[in-house]
Amino acid sequence: MVRYISGRVLGLVLVLLVTSFVVFSAVHLAPGDPVTFLMRGRPITPQTRAAVTEQYHLDDPFFTQYFKWLGDVLTGDFGRSVQFRQDVGHLIGDKLPTTLWLIGYSMVLICVFGIGLGIISALKPGIVDRTVLIGTGVSTATPAFASGLVLIAVFSRMLGWFPSYGSGSEDGFGGRIQHLTLPAIALALTFTGLLARVTRAAMLDELGREHVEVARSRGVAGGEVVRKHVLRNALGPIVTVIGTMVAGLLVSTSIVETVFSTDGVGSLLIRSVTNKDFPVVQALTLLIVAVFVIVNLIVDLLQPLIDPRLSLTQSTKRRGAS
Amino acid sequence: MTAATATAAAPTRRGATARLRGIAAQGPLFTGAVVVLVLLTLMAIFAPLIAPYDPNAIDLGNSLAGSSADHLLGTDQSGRDVLSRLIFGARTGLLGPLLVVVISTVIGIALGIVAAWRGGWVDSFLSRTMDAMFAFPAMLLAILCVAMFDAGLTAPVIAMTVAYSPYVGRYVRSVAVQEKARPYIESYRVQGWSGWVICTKHLLPNIVPSVLAQSTINFGYALMELAGLSFLGFGVQPPTADWGTMVNEGQSAIMKDAFMPGLAPCFAIIVAVVAFGIVGEGISDRVAKREK
Repeated sequence: MVRYISGRVLGLVLVLLVTSFVVFSAVHLAPGDPVTFLMRGRPITPQTRAAVTEQYHLDDPFFTQYFKWLGDVLTGDFGRSVQFRQDVGHLIGDKLPTTLWLIGYSMVLICVFGIGLGIISALKPGIVDRTVLIGTGVSTATPAFASGLVLIAVFSRMLGWFPSYGSGSEDGFGGRIQHLTLPAIALALTFTGLLARVTRAAMLDELGREHVEVARSRGVAGGEVVRKHVLRNALGPIVTVIGTMVAGLLVSTSIVETVFSTDGVGSLLIRSVTNKDFPVVQALTLLIVAVFVIVNLIVDLLQPLIDPRLSLTQSTKRRGAS
Repeated sequence: MTAATATAAAPTRRGATARLRGIAAQGPLFTGAVVVLVLLTLMAIFAPLIAPYDPNAIDLGNSLAGSSADHLLGTDQSGRDVLSRLIFGARTGLLGPLLVVVISTVIGIALGIVAAWRGGWVDSFLSRTMDAMFAFPAMLLAILCVAMFDAGLTAPVIAMTVAYSPYVGRYVRSVAVQEKARPYIESYRVQGWSGWVICTKHLLPNIVPSVLAQSTINFGYALMELAGLSFLGFGVQPPTADWGTMVNEGQSAIMKDAFMPGLAPCFAIIVAVVAFGIVGEGISDRVAKREK
């Protein structure tokens, strides 16, 4: 157990180290010399050159540079944003709440509708099942920017129910919900379809098993069979898929936030790429990969709690198979 | 794609009509999806012949015109014909994902077969590396590459190829491991054939149909992600007609209550992705049936 967890944590640290190395060496891989790359499109004065050289320790040998930069990153110092003339850490900290609200909101939508539709679809074969299958087929094929645009056209321009831009962070809870509803739906749509399909497959898999038949013949009420015998056992793959969705959600947020001009971390990433503000791109790339690997580790560690029959090592094998 | 399906179902040579009948036997949904993909491909190839207008012909006096006999889908802000841009947009819209899928499939097949065939430390090294790369979403890698180099189709296509290859590789490995365990492979080995010959002449042809099914589904995803990158302004650059950039340009038109320039390319993307999904799943169903 302890050995397994420490092995996984080691693997996680390794992935993060490699990622940080890739993200760091990008400065050197990019065409041109590092200072011009980092200051692209802006006038370089001796002072700024000195500041950038100092920030990236450019006078040191390559690997010393990397380790010094890594040391800075680990203490939360990602350098200064070129476009905002502000500390990258602070900049991200300011914009993170909006993105967390957005992701949290759409996560609720994904879980409620994804699992709900999956259950309904598995329990009601025929017309209901077919409708859900077609609906999820289309929703998984709809990119977030397309659903965002359709939502703006219908609910914001034609019906005028929701605002088409802004984050509503000044108007308290109600304002946030009002501003983030359309973005959250746009973000959730693809993943809801995916989760509904996985839930449906997992439920059907369990429904065909003997223990369900036995429970039914023993006279256990239908609802209880579904809740305690089918859904409970189908939870493993469902939780795994939710975990793997996190990376996709974080990346799709940047598209959705751009469509709705939401002032979050995602639109910050896109704006930083457009404005060639590389320190911000580095920090956000690292952040997204870190969140992804940590969430997936947590999901793997949760598996034995969801299904006590599984030991930790088995659960990883199951993950690999699914 | 379709040719491979037919050969997958019947090892003997068949005529074109028999092939068509084979596609029709898969059900109306599959047939419809194949027709859609064929039409899209033809549309991309023959765009200059089909398009009613020059996709880049600007007519500022006719900005954001609604649907009419002259312009079936209306015009965008610069007065360009939306239908013509949609038809030309199929070119970059399909070319990008085609490159990503073809290259990543070739790399993935190579990695997967080597891992499955050699086993041992080669297998664990390749598998671990491929697993670790899943932590890097394709879109994120593409965005990082655009930040390093310049916007345009090249950087995103290379990044997406790098990000898709491990997915194909892991899938190929799982299929190849099963195939390798079959008795015919062992019997070729006993007869003294080299690993290279067995892999390329016997193992590879037998796993190609299932890999192809997977690649067809990936095509849809790649199309979606590349369109997303173009939408963000990182992929195909304006004024080139591309579905993603058209959505980007159409967004401001939506604020002026002109929906067609933005929603028409969205619809095209969804139809294409759905069609690729249906065809991919159809092929994989066929392969599964054949295995039984």
